[in-house]
Amino acid sequence: MKKLFATLALGLSLGLGILGTASVASAQTAPAAVSAPAAEAKADAAAPAAAPAAAAPAAATEAAPAPVPNKADTGWMMLSTILVILMVVPGLALFYGGLVRSKNMLSVLMQVVVTFSLITVLWFIYGYSLAFTEGNAFIGGFDRLFMKGIWDNVAGTFANAATFSKGVVIPEISFAAFQATFAGITCALIVGAFAERIKFSAVLAFMVLWFTFSYLPVAHMVWFWMGPDAYASKEVVDEMTSKAGLLWQWGALDFAGGTVVHINAAVAGLVGAFMVGKRVGYGRESMAPHSLTLTMVGASLLWVGWFGFNAGSALEANGFAALAFINTLVATAAAVLAWCVGEALMRGKASMLGAASGAVAGLVAVTPAAGNVGIGGALIIGFIGGFVCLWGVNGLKKLLGADDSLDVFGVHGVGGIVGALLTGVFNSPALGGPSAVGDWVTVAMVTPDAYSIAAQVWIQAKAVMLTVVWSGVVSLVAYKIVDLTIGLRVTEEEEREGLDISSHGESAYHG
Amino acid sequence: MKLVTAIIKPFKLDEVREALSGIGVQGITVTEVKGFGRQKGHTELYRGAEYVVDFLPKVKIEAAVSDELVERVIEAIESGARTGKIGDGKIFVYDLEQVVRIRTGETGGEAL
Repeated sequence: MKKLFATLALGLSLGLGILGTASVASAQTAPAAVSAPAAEAKADAAAPAAAPAAAAPAAATEAAPAPVPNKADTGWMMLSTILVILMVVPGLALFYGGLVRSKNMLSVLMQVVVTFSLITVLWFIYGYSLAFTEGNAFIGGFDRLFMKGIWDNVAGTFANAATFSKGVVIPEISFAAFQATFAGITCALIVGAFAERIKFSAVLAFMVLWFTFSYLPVAHMVWFWMGPDAYASKEVVDEMTSKAGLLWQWGALDFAGGTVVHINAAVAGLVGAFMVGKRVGYGRESMAPHSLTLTMVGASLLWVGWFGFNAGSALEANGFAALAFINTLVATAAAVLAWCVGEALMRGKASMLGAASGAVAGLVAVTPAAGNVGIGGALIIGFIGGFVCLWGVNGLKKLLGADDSLDVFGVHGVGGIVGALLTGVFNSPALGGPSAVGDWVTVAMVTPDAYSIAAQVWIQAKAVMLTVVWSGVVSLVAYKIVDLTIGLRVTEEEEREGLDISSHGESAYHG
Repeated sequence: MKLVTAIIKPFKLDEVREALSGIGVQGITVTEVKGFGRQKGHTELYRGAEYVVDFLPKVKIEAAVSDELVERVIEAIESGARTGKIGDGKIFVYDLEQVVRIRTGETGGEAL
């Protein structure tokens, strides 16, 4: 227990200690981002669905009364936040827990719930500020350190956060809480890749480093912008766009986190699977899941919670939230069918684990697309996502040769990349998509004639590549630091005995 | 006195128990076991990972019976446990030296 507290304290102080150099360091760890041509930043390709900035009261509308949050929007945001928490605990914890051997059940539950809690704490200390306040194109600033200024406790007034509609705001506190759950689930997702052999303290130390240097910059690059009200007139467009995150400036579309959450976490997982090494007996001994029943329960909770994740990312209770909602339903169902059909063709039987994996694959693939494509587009994305992720956990897994225990890369990485690219295809109004906002001053959409699928897919591909490289480099360095300081793996005896007993001193099942 | 031990398919246990009761066997002991014979194991596939399961679940029943009853006991187990498919199991018969009923101290045939 002493060791654990020491690790937590180390993690926290490490996180705080690097605050001062965060922007410098993150710029250094991303050569790809630095060399990216800034000239390609196009204001007119701006996404309707990139997440907004902190409060952005438009300077030009000083005379107009300040917008008041709509109660339905606020209520929807808080409900969505609860749904995302449901995805992590118990959803993801049980989904992962059922997939490991019974001797490691509690270790996986612990790694998920404690990672989520650790990241939530860091989020409110410095994470939110670095992701969602004005800084440079790569990382935010310290305006909201310790949630400073998010409400005035004496006056009883609350700061507002922008949405995607002019004149519509939500309390910034609700936005910060919603986004906290995203940071938490992203880090918790990584656990699946090195499950069953990593030290508990190593998990926590890695999470602090990776969250600070990969999650926060990528979230800032994809989702930070000044909000629609900041685009008050033609004259300020360039200035406002230059304040947004790099990928937002490029015009990358990521409705609910295909790059920020899934690709980001999956690459960290894959690097971890290589760095931590294979489980003892991998490929020789049976490592069959100990409870597919619990995995099914977890997958079902993930599906339910994902409505908050995707539809909540609209930040308003409006038509785009409803579009994201129905797409989350239809793409997932399509992916379940695709996975089952694929398995039946490959080996003659469709499996429960396949159906559960298909559901997650579909959810991942539709995440960047949710409010950015039509219903038909979501259906196709789900089908393709299901088939391709089935390949991800079979063919690709053998090709990569890493022991990614619970297929974090095969499902979240492959599904995330497929979803991100196809979002660029089915966003096109010619293919039933809503198109992207072409001009934030008038909020006019790009017309079907002007929409170029090839150009959008290229922007999506660049965003994917940047995320892969950024997360890959940060992960590599972070694992190395942890390996050299506290060590990544438990001993072979501890691994054979099971992490429940050796790391936590308890057993999941008795008798 | 003989000890009859049989390894059977788990779902046939009820039929075997009924058949034995029908011919007057007073008690049996049942154990859940694992093993393999000519049926061998099967393979399980979890995503890309394939595992060969060598040992299949079976039920072992043991009954101590008198010499006169042993042939009928064997017949009863055979009829109760047979499906005609591979993996129906086996019956082993041993000589039994002594039996003691703990409550009363009775021994031999009295204790059966």
